[in-house]
Amino acid sequence: MATVEARHLVKSFDGLRAVDGIDLLAHEGEFLVLLGPSGCGKTTLMRMIAGLERPTAGDIVIDGNIVTDRPPRARNIAMVFQSYALYPHLTVKRNISFPLRAVRMPKNEIARRVDWASRMFGIERFLDRKPRQLSGGERQRVALARAVVREPAVFLLDEPLSNLDAKLRNSAREELKQFQRKLATTTIYVTHDQAEAMGLGDRIAVLERGKVRQVGTPQDIYTRPVDTFVATFIGSPPMNLIDDGASGVIGFRPEAFLPRGIEGGDDHVVFPFRINRIEYLGAERLVYGVIEGRDPGTIVIAKMPTNIRTAIAAGERHEFAVRRRDIERFDRTSGQRLDKGGR
Amino acid sequence: MRDPTPTATKVGRGAGWTRLIDNERWLWPVMLAPAVLYIVALVGFPFFLSIYYSLSNATVGSRELSFVGLENFHRIIASRTFWVALENTLIFTAVSQALVLVLANVLALALSVDFRGKWLVRLLILLPWVAPISLGSIGWLWIFDSIYSVINWTGRAVGIFPPGFWPIWLGQPYLAMASIIIVQVWRLLPLATVIILAGLSSIPHDINDAAEVDGAGFWRRLFEITLPLVMPVALVALLFGIIFTFTDLIVVFVLTRGGPYDTTQVLASWAYFTGIQGGDLAGGAAISLFLFPVLAAVAILFLRFARRAEVV
Repeated sequence: MATVEARHLVKSFDGLRAVDGIDLLAHEGEFLVLLGPSGCGKTTLMRMIAGLERPTAGDIVIDGNIVTDRPPRARNIAMVFQSYALYPHLTVKRNISFPLRAVRMPKNEIARRVDWASRMFGIERFLDRKPRQLSGGERQRVALARAVVREPAVFLLDEPLSNLDAKLRNSAREELKQFQRKLATTTIYVTHDQAEAMGLGDRIAVLERGKVRQVGTPQDIYTRPVDTFVATFIGSPPMNLIDDGASGVIGFRPEAFLPRGIEGGDDHVVFPFRINRIEYLGAERLVYGVIEGRDPGTIVIAKMPTNIRTAIAAGERHEFAVRRRDIERFDRTSGQRLDKGGR
Repeated sequence: MRDPTPTATKVGRGAGWTRLIDNERWLWPVMLAPAVLYIVALVGFPFFLSIYYSLSNATVGSRELSFVGLENFHRIIASRTFWVALENTLIFTAVSQALVLVLANVLALALSVDFRGKWLVRLLILLPWVAPISLGSIGWLWIFDSIYSVINWTGRAVGIFPPGFWPIWLGQPYLAMASIIIVQVWRLLPLATVIILAGLSSIPHDINDAAEVDGAGFWRRLFEITLPLVMPVALVALLFGIIFTFTDLIVVFVLTRGGPYDTTQVLASWAYFTGIQGGDLAGGAAISLFLFPVLAAVAILFLRFARRAEVV
């Protein structure tokens, strides 16, 4: 177990700042997710932590020691790649034992550890096979076993689930979380998939254009986004943002935007909502439309659970309401959230 | 296949050509024909002709042929030169190809790293392959010349060669063999390097990164990851080299003509000297046929490796 820290970290490629001054701390045993759109620098940040990429400026600190100048093998980290990066010419057993052989561990200790790791991921049957004889899910488990086997101080996972099909991905996510809990090893996980980030992370760091926009628990990030980028990046569909004249931009989540009178209480803001289109998604309806009297180019989305049976149809005009406490305000130019008084 | 007409009726005139070109029944024989013709005319015909000659008493001067059975082969095996040439061929091939394999791997590894002016170095390394073989060999003839040898004069000027030390590169038995091996390595190195370089660049970066994170240093990564992964491709380069070297006579012909005292005589050059220059067509054909079983074995290996490389 260890803490991992990035201090004023910068990485430029040909003058372009892929990572642009990042300060970030992963606590001991924490599951920290780096979330961002592609090209936001999350993978570069992870590769610098691994030692595969040299920072242009700044430092990497693992467990209190500055490791910026140390090669990957002197950092006691394990990494799982998106492609799994299994050694194609080695059997599963030799793949898993590779990190142990690299540190010249005694043979019987290697055998014991390989046995332990392969049991943990249920791959004892495949030990003598080559990676190409395994399915995607099995390969992913081998990659995880290879990462776990030498009990590193830090796990780095680079989109390890993105090559699995959707169904397998859900179960793998659940398992991954359990393994991490059991091992209690500091884990840094890179993804562009917000559902993965929300489901796995103890905390999430949202990155954009080489900078950390917000770090917080999944709930923090979802309910109190610090700016309009985070507000629209997290959530599916994203938070509705509408121009509110002088006071800036107001935002509310689609699920908070419901036909008037559905929710009790009286502290609501009511909007006249002209409906353009309705998508029926089984558990919910997505209602697309515009708010009358506002910018007609701004599409607003309402997410209504199917058990709200209010009859609505495209082309109609209805009154929709949002509870006042579900409304966030943002500065129009900087995009920063404006804190409401008394909260 | 069953109904080729619907589009043709719409397009009308001019569709005849298109239809002919699109017709797979005609297209594949037409595409294959040049290759088949080439093989039949330049490989197949001479091959069977040499089998025919080797069983006869054909000479350059005579039009009469009569069947003599395996007499030519008996004659050749009984000759001391045959065993010398066979041994030389094996040494020439084995040593030059071992050197090529090692050097090509080193060069390819060096060239797979990014550095300034890489394209220029790559171009320079390819040059010996692009240059005509005989031209290159004539250049080497001067380098190894008994009087003007650049090596000797440089060695003397720098002071490595003591007074009285003046190697006659192509005139002393061991030096002559070393010389033709050096030239053969020089010739075949570029191709092998390029093939291995292609193999290296097909190894995913992630695998090397993973090995690095897994704690492997340079040498462990080289011997446990990179070399095993590049091996199937390197073997293809090696088999190419073996075939080229085994059947080649140009280097020997230009540099030493098999001398001194047959110490650099290889089967290919001896077949040429016997059959063409000596006029003994039957004998030359029989000698050249000794190459066949070895080459057939190499070709079979070749195909097996190629198939294995496909599977990976």
